[in-house]
Amino acid sequence: MKFITAVFLTAFLAFSIGLFTSLPWWSFVITSFLVALGVHQKVGKAFLSGFAGLFLLWSILAIFKDMANDHILAIKVAKILPLGGSYWALILVTGLIGGLVSGLAAISGSTARKK
Amino acid sequence: MRIIPFLISTVATAGLVFVLNTSLPIGSSKTPRLGYFLSPQQGFWQNAEASNTSFSGDVKLEGLKGKVDVFMDERLVPHIYAQTDLDAYYVQGYIHAKFRLWQMEFQTYVAAGRLSEIAGPERLNIDLFFRRLGMVYGAEQTMQRMEKDREMQATVDAYTEGVNAYIKSLKPEQIPLEYKLMDYKPEAWTPLKTYLFLMYMSYDLTGSGAKQDLKMSNAKNYLGFEAFDQLFPNVQDSLDPIIPTKAIAFAKPSIIPIAPKDIDSPYLNKSSYSISAESPITPNRNNGSNNWAVSGSKTASGRPILCNDPHLGLNLPSLWYEVQINTPTHNTYGASFPGSPAVIIGFNDSIAWGVTNAGRDVLDYYEVQFKDTSMQEYWYNGEWHNASLRLETIKVKGKPDVNEYIAMTEIGPVMYDHHYKSDSSHPKYLAVKWTANKAGTGLKTFYKLNRAKNFNDYQTAIADWSCPGQNFAFASKSGDIAIKQQGSFVARWKRQGDFIMPGIDSTYQWQGMIPESENPMIKNPSRGWVSSANQKATDSSYPYYLGMSHNFPVYRGVMINKRLSVMNGITPMDMQYLQNENYDVFAEMARPVLLKNIDVSKLTTTEKKYVDILREWNFRNEVTSQGATVFNAIWDSLELVVWKDDFQNAKSPMPWPDGSTLLDNLLKNNNYRFADNLNTTDKVETIQDDVLEAIKKASVNLEQLEKNKKLDWGIVKDTKVSHLLQLPALSRLHLPIGGGKNCVNATTSAHGPSWRMIVHMTDETEAYGVYPGGQSGNPGSKFYDNFIDSWAAGKYFKLLFLSKENATKNEKIKWHMTFTNG
Repeated sequence: MKFITAVFLTAFLAFSIGLFTSLPWWSFVITSFLVALGVHQKVGKAFLSGFAGLFLLWSILAIFKDMANDHILAIKVAKILPLGGSYWALILVTGLIGGLVSGLAAISGSTARKK
Repeated sequence: MRIIPFLISTVATAGLVFVLNTSLPIGSSKTPRLGYFLSPQQGFWQNAEASNTSFSGDVKLEGLKGKVDVFMDERLVPHIYAQTDLDAYYVQGYIHAKFRLWQMEFQTYVAAGRLSEIAGPERLNIDLFFRRLGMVYGAEQTMQRMEKDREMQATVDAYTEGVNAYIKSLKPEQIPLEYKLMDYKPEAWTPLKTYLFLMYMSYDLTGSGAKQDLKMSNAKNYLGFEAFDQLFPNVQDSLDPIIPTKAIAFAKPSIIPIAPKDIDSPYLNKSSYSISAESPITPNRNNGSNNWAVSGSKTASGRPILCNDPHLGLNLPSLWYEVQINTPTHNTYGASFPGSPAVIIGFNDSIAWGVTNAGRDVLDYYEVQFKDTSMQEYWYNGEWHNASLRLETIKVKGKPDVNEYIAMTEIGPVMYDHHYKSDSSHPKYLAVKWTANKAGTGLKTFYKLNRAKNFNDYQTAIADWSCPGQNFAFASKSGDIAIKQQGSFVARWKRQGDFIMPGIDSTYQWQGMIPESENPMIKNPSRGWVSSANQKATDSSYPYYLGMSHNFPVYRGVMINKRLSVMNGITPMDMQYLQNENYDVFAEMARPVLLKNIDVSKLTTTEKKYVDILREWNFRNEVTSQGATVFNAIWDSLELVVWKDDFQNAKSPMPWPDGSTLLDNLLKNNNYRFADNLNTTDKVETIQDDVLEAIKKASVNLEQLEKNKKLDWGIVKDTKVSHLLQLPALSRLHLPIGGGKNCVNATTSAHGPSWRMIVHMTDETEAYGVYPGGQSGNPGSKFYDNFIDSWAAGKYFKLLFLSKENATKNEKIKWHMTFTNG
């Protein structure tokens, strides 16, 4: 239950702070840190929930944008980056990058507390 | 708190964020800031425009006088209905920015020599070139002059406000994709930017002289004037001028320029030095165009039809943007330039107009003598004159600013000096004299054409047009057709300005400009049509020197006139076919010469096979024509075989003689002096020897192509429309389209008809158009490149030219935007 709460909170708060688009893109580092600080889990689980929160948020947002766009832009960007023009690969990379940063921030949150 | 794990993870987080927030170099380019770029709420995903996006909406803009309605049709063409002209231009600026902001700004960065500011030090060379050519100086001159004209100043100001209103409304995540890729932000638009953009068009259409005069000087010095004059002759036999031969008795010239007495010694004859300069970007030599208008006597409807297709570099986002502007003073439709108010090529309720490039030489170099390298004083007419130094500061991304000083003389800015060098043997100071640097009123011409009602208005509108020189074709609903070559043209003595000229006194200076009334013009000619395709404007009875024949391609004009002369009962559909004509009249003239000079007994089976393909070819450059590939391979090889030995010791860049020059000589001479290979001392090669060698060389390449199944002309030509950043992923490659530089459909690899327009002057105007692009500049929009397939297939869109009442109920209108003051 704690895990799911943490994932949900991580995603929700990251989305909310992300609505302020003049803040830096990595502002969710703060919210993911705070979630891990508040919803205390072991380091491994904290990382996983921090990771999952952003992975899900970013990839789902990307999927929505991509579906509505008929993959037009994702295919082009996936050629530039280069990911062989695969929009799925681009969505995955998007999720992984968000997830990784958030997961690391969550470890900090978890380890900031006493055991 | 577990201090060590905490520190490690915090440092790791910060490190990862830092890396993902940094542009990393890969090769010569840089990655975007990946974290930012991929962030779905800020990065590129925000530019993925939903395919069912609605473009309807109510916009409040400060400073609008009345309500403006914009109806967007299914192709995303805006139809702007405003109660005042200024409101219309305000909204045009807003709409241009909404759909083309990045491109608008990028083009002005190029023109202003500011690319290094966003792209880094690799682009410094291009920036230096444009600064030294006087691009910014020229735009400033034009702006100063235009600001004295209250109407024009108000127009450009309203447009600027519109662009800025849009920029201000942009949320950070809404900026166009390219800003995110290159990691910079839009800045405010200014009237100067509009003039910089127009300056860039002047460069694109007349700037080839910036390189050509240097190269021609090199060639003249290397070959000697006599040989040079044979390779770059000033008369073309296959001449079919814009003003038909003998159609007009030209008036006596009001200026008779006198050539300097010493012209034979230092200017025309071989001098000891050569200068070599490669400008980093040179306008394409094929920057040309076709336009024609046929009178009612030749059409099925009895009304004139006007056609135009300007040939320019093919880019995405496109140079052009379609728009209809409707106000109480005018109702105009056509192609506009994102970056400039009004319609540039189009039609209104009364008239239609189209332009092609005049190709006249309006850019000259003068060699200036300075007292010393401080460039403060230069020698002119027997005394020292003071030069001012113009400071141009170039910002460079990630590097300190570069300060560039340009000496300004009475002749013009000193483009080359001891600091900004060409690889010459000793430092030379070359000042540029260019009509584009002089204050012009270009925009005013379009402003007036947008409102012109008849032939007189057309004449008044174009009378002040100075640079780039254009052939303005005209047709009216009242039945008139006309064409005029208009520009500010130098009254030159023969060969004046073809090479670098001495600049120590006024001897070689321009002696005057040709009065506008003496520019070549023809109205309602008896043959029933007017046309231009960048050929010479007149025959030799015109009393002024038009410039080197090298500047005037011949064959498209010949083809257009040949077709129009036999066409009657013309419909717009016939005109569509003519604009897409892939018949190569040059090949038709050249093949007999090739075949006549082939000794079949000396050919291998493979070579014979290719000669047979050539023999059976129907002269059409279609996508699947193999004959076109064979012809071009053999002809190109022949040029190489004939010319290469004559230029092989040249150390500085030189131009290649024209195809027409070689063809004319092969047609006339059995013994062409340049056929001899200078590398073989025991033998004098003949044309037959050269043709044989060309076929053997070409066959090797052709065999290779055939093995890879790439012998079709469309595959060899490989037409593409490239994104301005040359990113293949944002470009359209390998387009199936025929044509060639000598066809009416002048489509080459990256160049061709950039806007095809046909206007039938019936009571209710019937117009067709297409350009290789799309109305949206956003690569994430389905409107980004949606015209390209139609363009490649030679198809057109019927242009919706609607009154306001009809716009509200037309089924092709999909969206409605309203703009009100607020």
